[in-house]
Amino acid sequence: MAKYNLKINGKTQQVDVDPSTPMLWVLRDHLNMVGTKFGCGMAQCGACTVHLDGNAVRSCSLPVSVVGKGAITTIEGLSADATHPIQKAWLEHDVAQCGYCQSGQIMSATALLKNNPKPTDADIDAAMSGNICRCGTYLRIKEAIKSVASPLTPNGGKK
Amino acid sequence: MKNQDKKNGIKAPIGGLGAGGNGAVSRRSFLQSSALAGGGMLLSFGWFTSANAAEKMGVLNLPEQQWSELAAYIKITPDNVVKILCPNPEFGQNVMTSLPMMVAEELDCDWKDVVVEMSTHDNVKYGSQFTGGSNSVRMYWKPLRNAGAAARQMLIEAAAQTWGVSASEITTKAGILSHSSGKSAKYGEMASKAATLAVPKEVKLKAPKDFSIVSHSKKNTEGVKVVTGKPLFGMDYKVDGMLIAMIQHPPAFGMKLKSFDATAAKKMPGIKDIFSFKLYDDGFVQGGFDTSTFNEMIAIVGKTTWEVMNARKKLNAQWEAAGDVKVTMNGRGGKQEVTVPGRLETTANQMEMMAEYAQKPAQQLRKDGDPETAFKNAAQIIERTYNAPFLAHNTMEPMNFFAHVQEDKALVAGPLQAPGWMEPTLVKILNLPADKIEIQMTRMGGGFGRRAYGSYVYEAARISQKMKAPIKLIYTREDDMTYGIYRPMYTATYRAALDANKNLIGFHVKGGGIPENPVHANRFPAGAVDNYLAEGWEIPSNVTIGAFRAPRSNFNAAAEQSFLDEVAEAMGKDPIAFRLDLLKRAKENPVGKNNDYDASRYIGVLELLKEKSGWGKPENAGKKRGVAAYFCHASYAGHVVDMVMRDGQPYVEQVTSAVDCGVVVNPDAARNMVQGAVVDGIGQSFYGALTHKEGVPEQSNFHNYRMIRMNEAPKKIDVHFVQNEIDPTGLGEPPFPPVFGAVANALFQTTGKRYYNQPFKVEIEKIKS
Repeated sequence: MAKYNLKINGKTQQVDVDPSTPMLWVLRDHLNMVGTKFGCGMAQCGACTVHLDGNAVRSCSLPVSVVGKGAITTIEGLSADATHPIQKAWLEHDVAQCGYCQSGQIMSATALLKNNPKPTDADIDAAMSGNICRCGTYLRIKEAIKSVASPLTPNGGKK
Repeated sequence: MKNQDKKNGIKAPIGGLGAGGNGAVSRRSFLQSSALAGGGMLLSFGWFTSANAAEKMGVLNLPEQQWSELAAYIKITPDNVVKILCPNPEFGQNVMTSLPMMVAEELDCDWKDVVVEMSTHDNVKYGSQFTGGSNSVRMYWKPLRNAGAAARQMLIEAAAQTWGVSASEITTKAGILSHSSGKSAKYGEMASKAATLAVPKEVKLKAPKDFSIVSHSKKNTEGVKVVTGKPLFGMDYKVDGMLIAMIQHPPAFGMKLKSFDATAAKKMPGIKDIFSFKLYDDGFVQGGFDTSTFNEMIAIVGKTTWEVMNARKKLNAQWEAAGDVKVTMNGRGGKQEVTVPGRLETTANQMEMMAEYAQKPAQQLRKDGDPETAFKNAAQIIERTYNAPFLAHNTMEPMNFFAHVQEDKALVAGPLQAPGWMEPTLVKILNLPADKIEIQMTRMGGGFGRRAYGSYVYEAARISQKMKAPIKLIYTREDDMTYGIYRPMYTATYRAALDANKNLIGFHVKGGGIPENPVHANRFPAGAVDNYLAEGWEIPSNVTIGAFRAPRSNFNAAAEQSFLDEVAEAMGKDPIAFRLDLLKRAKENPVGKNNDYDASRYIGVLELLKEKSGWGKPENAGKKRGVAAYFCHASYAGHVVDMVMRDGQPYVEQVTSAVDCGVVVNPDAARNMVQGAVVDGIGQSFYGALTHKEGVPEQSNFHNYRMIRMNEAPKKIDVHFVQNEIDPTGLGEPPFPPVFGAVANALFQTTGKRYYNQPFKVEIEKIKS
């Protein structure tokens, strides 16, 4: 066991865990932040996506010991009341079916848009293909991302 | 089974879903006390949700007595917040929105005032609460509208009594009661009085043309929780003092636990206990949804997930061949002794076995006319065999369940499609009466049929009972994929007899599978061909199988719709025109009896599909398109798939879909579900497969079980619904099966080759090499 002071959503949180513990389980089991989901445990599905210093990473395969001073952002850190433009776009396009993968999808999309505010379809495919949606909401995810990216729809959606 | 709760003056739902009882135990008082005894919620696991009234969430922790209950599904506060209980668990099919919409429509309230709560399990109050079979909207269409209309009438009566006017003079709109004298009141003002009135026995329901909520798109009531990462799913459920449990199941179908040494594993940090347990006691009669092939497993229980995962790796377990096992089943075929074969199956042998069985005489399922003579006299016979593998459900949320079993009662909570089917088994294995077992349903991270089979619920209950503590059982992805309740492996041989003028004079389907026969004998083209024969056979197996989104149909539609495409080609007919000709025959002069489908609705879907896809139009002449349409459950769906070659690979670029599911309750969500079914169908048909080697599933996680991803999804899926006023007939499954057939037919147009074996991606590679 070892103590870690983690920067999560702008707040420092201390945990005392085994150094090999993935951030996913630190968040879910130790900090009761369950928005980040367990899907595969081997960085294949993207359900556990969080940001480490602004980049999308799979928290199931990120040991707490390597986070160091890095800033972690989780779905809870976007906004608690769904006011972040991406969250609004997701609601506007009524993207979710079961919803389990969506926090990971949203975190991947947010990282994409931060680094590439006007992504092409190919950019979106490349950035989002690490996130599986078993319900098949890919078209709406793409539309939601484009609506945030598009200057023509400042409110984050059409319709 | 359930005792009707009389204590709180709760009225039974009208519509007669439940069977009343005379028991004295108050379920609600039990629930309240059990919630307290279960320990305070560490997480604010809220059962309330709302798309509109997110700001109202704060007021929702009102004590129970401040809600006035009108009929079983509706509670209203003095502040005019309308709480609608959703009877059925949500797994992405939108019932937490669409079912409350049906109540709100007849209640005539303002949708903005509605909050939704997942109800607890209570078959008396809420009916069967089964999510599956594309049944939720269909089953609750009348009862929920009745409940809304009854509550509205009670509010009117309360206002009439308060104002001293006739009820017939009072009108309602958007949650406001009005009288011609100018008097008006919000529902909330009349709710407590209304709750004391008798529930009317008869109510008048609105005509579809008068709907203002139903058939008008509403956003997902749990959308805000989804996008803000609030606790919502079974995985997120947590109480104080809860332990984490995992199970270790035998590595192969056909094996069982021999012995294990947990000395090293038990010394690992955070571990509370490791023990083996039996799921069912000797002599237990397995119901149709108690499916499990491994009766003895090892439980690893500890403080946190990662600690349990690590300790599990140190487990030293030996396994041995189980041999043939005799079990008593009480499933589809009634109560019977069944021998589960001990054979360790390998996919190549499974294929050989199926090919061998396909040659043997099979059970006749339906026969019309004289198919033998038709085939003997045929000028041309087309015969094709189709194969499809086992499929794993791969819900994004792996199986999991919370259980807190105490001496005299139990609480279980988590993702579950069929609480009513799990309850009798929990009663038996926990030896507790039904009214002492509380089942709560969380939102499910996908279901697709998998969560109708509750062995994971029983495992959680067994482990909690042993630990005398609240536990949450979690499957890893590997557990979930290798200890599944799979879509069976299927094969079917179709034969068509054509006369010298290329008329279809005979049709024969003979299908089988491991361990289930897929054939739906009374479906199209039964009823459209004079001489028809359907036969089926089955090979028993220890591989556990169950419902997978549109069971059997998901294979039949692939095989039959590919075959019809090929028959149409041989007859020199357009594939849609060919189907329409057959359906016209079935409509005007059907062959035989018991044809399951309504030929008119089938025709309607094909005609809408033809129109919306621009089928046969000159502007689409260059497109490589495949078409298929299918009836299953109670609805009709068809797709036109446009395929291109992209980077040397066939790619579905665009899809046009047409569906007749009767009245569409929540149109935008319904479109979402059809689009999802299309993506799912493309993914499963191209990539889906679970194979075995010596009983061991060869795929264990998403690195070797390929799932469709965003870059492989079509760019556009246009969804069109047949507009009619037929009571809803279900939507979750029907759009899924025909995707397989449409993809297969588009593959032929694109590559010039017919594909008979799923997954198509494997077949494509084989043909190339």
